[in-house]
Amino acid sequence: MGLAQILANGVVLGTLYACIAIGFSLVWGVLNVINMLHGSFIVLGGYLTYFAWAYTGVSPVLILPFVAAILFGLGYGLQYLFINKVVSAPVLTTLTLTFGLDMILYNLMTVWFTATPRRVSMDFGRLDFWGIAMPVDRLIGMGLALLLTALLFVVLRTSRIGRAIVAVRMDREAAALMGIKVNHIYAVTFGIAALMAGAAGSVFAMVFPVTTNLSGVFLGKAFVICVIGGLGGVSGALVGGLALGIIESFAGVLIGPQNAITVGFVLMLVLLIVRPQGLVGVKGYE
Amino acid sequence: MAKKSPWPLIAMALWLAALALTPVLLGNYEVRIAISIAMFTALALSWNIIGGFTGYPSFSTAAFYGIGCYVGALAQRSGVPAALAWLAAAAFVGGVSFVLGAIVLRLKGHYFAIGSIALVDISRLVVSSWGEVTGGGNGLNVPLLQGRPPEVSALVLYVMLGIVAAAFLANVITDRSRLGFGLRCIEQNEDAADMVGIDTTRYKIAAYVLSAVFPGAVGAVYASWVGYIDPTDSFDIVMTVQVPVMAMLGGAGTLLGPVVGAVAFTLLEEVFWANFLEWNRAIMGAIVVALIFFLPGGILKLDWRAILYRRPRRNAAERKAG
Repeated sequence: MGLAQILANGVVLGTLYACIAIGFSLVWGVLNVINMLHGSFIVLGGYLTYFAWAYTGVSPVLILPFVAAILFGLGYGLQYLFINKVVSAPVLTTLTLTFGLDMILYNLMTVWFTATPRRVSMDFGRLDFWGIAMPVDRLIGMGLALLLTALLFVVLRTSRIGRAIVAVRMDREAAALMGIKVNHIYAVTFGIAALMAGAAGSVFAMVFPVTTNLSGVFLGKAFVICVIGGLGGVSGALVGGLALGIIESFAGVLIGPQNAITVGFVLMLVLLIVRPQGLVGVKGYE
Repeated sequence: MAKKSPWPLIAMALWLAALALTPVLLGNYEVRIAISIAMFTALALSWNIIGGFTGYPSFSTAAFYGIGCYVGALAQRSGVPAALAWLAAAAFVGGVSFVLGAIVLRLKGHYFAIGSIALVDISRLVVSSWGEVTGGGNGLNVPLLQGRPPEVSALVLYVMLGIVAAAFLANVITDRSRLGFGLRCIEQNEDAADMVGIDTTRYKIAAYVLSAVFPGAVGAVYASWVGYIDPTDSFDIVMTVQVPVMAMLGGAGTLLGPVVGAVAFTLLEEVFWANFLEWNRAIMGAIVVALIFFLPGGILKLDWRAILYRRPRRNAAERKAG
């Protein structure tokens, strides 16, 4: 396999990874909560997309906004009803709570959807350019992932609610004094994180098969990407995702795919020690 | 330090004796449950040293347990007698945790939590991809213990109870020594502890190693008991969260809390496995959620008098100080 091909594979994978990790990063950065539900949100998004597509035959690209809306509602509700009550407790408490919620969601998904791998199969053939062969559905997935990431970036930068989220992340007390309803912003942030996870799951289901067992894998990826890229917004997740995608792609060719995932984790552990704020993270947002 | 009450020790001795009587008085099924209880009691007690006393949100129990499974299994496969293999597993895991502790204990809070979970994932991935030695995803067969099945389960139970007793003594000694005092200082305020002259790094590593050797031994004994191990079961992410949940259910940072929590959780799980197989995981999740909201201090910290006589509860801060 040529160098360009490996790099292209890595970039496509990397944009999907960025999309997977962005919600996790947002929740960690703003709420200071490690959200163990994140992987299941992604799987749920993938399953909802698959079943909506299988029953209605509508293009998954049109289904995606509905899936995202459902996930937003779910995330907002969970945060408002449960996590907000203990949001300032130590990490042991919040992590355990989200893990408990994850066990429930995971169980519901295995009962409702079974654990059969599902994939939205759209045959668009493949594209050859500059000696690189790339299936078109992956390119569509990459485009969607980039679009979603850019959309979140714009929302955080320009909208009222986005500015409020950033303000709460920087200083919760000061934000409250400025009249921002912190609990509402927390719930919205968690909702947006779930929305991004659901959308990422939708995109993922168009490219790879999705099954409930993947929720732990997605969660692990989110850990690694956040530590590599650093917390503190969209850019960290994008850099971390691309870095992980490219590293895994090269590692897969050089030392075999079964070792590629280990490389990501080891890299994360090293970065945790030497540069815990991540490659582009800003110190103080930890 | 003031002389501490002997009651936890007496209660624990009675409880261990009661569990030890199960093979004599009850059937195989009860013995199997007793073994599970002993196993998780040992794991929860070990976690208590790093998670309860020191207040570090460690989620690496499954890594120590899994490495113990594999070291014990590999040693036995190469001809080492079972008892020696179990000790070797504990010693090896102790060494591993010393090295890993020196790395991850530099992290705090969320970063430590993530780092300790990553250790579980890394161990599992290494074991699955190192096929020539560990059998990879196919798992490993472990030589079975000699004897008739009831004798074997009784033996496993006694060994597990021995580990529980050792882990409990480690808790008691930690609780009543300089180490425990230092760890509690770190739990309250690590910077301040450092300032008054506690060598925080050494103390934390000591706590981490203590929290690792017993799970290593438990893993090795478990491997001999079931006769087959594989990476997914040995390095289980559910277990790594379940063990802290047990300790918190009883009361983290106390001596008997992890014991009570492990018993309660294991029995509940047994009931739900037997009756609601399909919904088992959701029910356990609901229990975890309920624990966080309704029992934040654990069963032992419940103010029974307030509940029974409907007196106004003392506030939480006062109870913690008392």
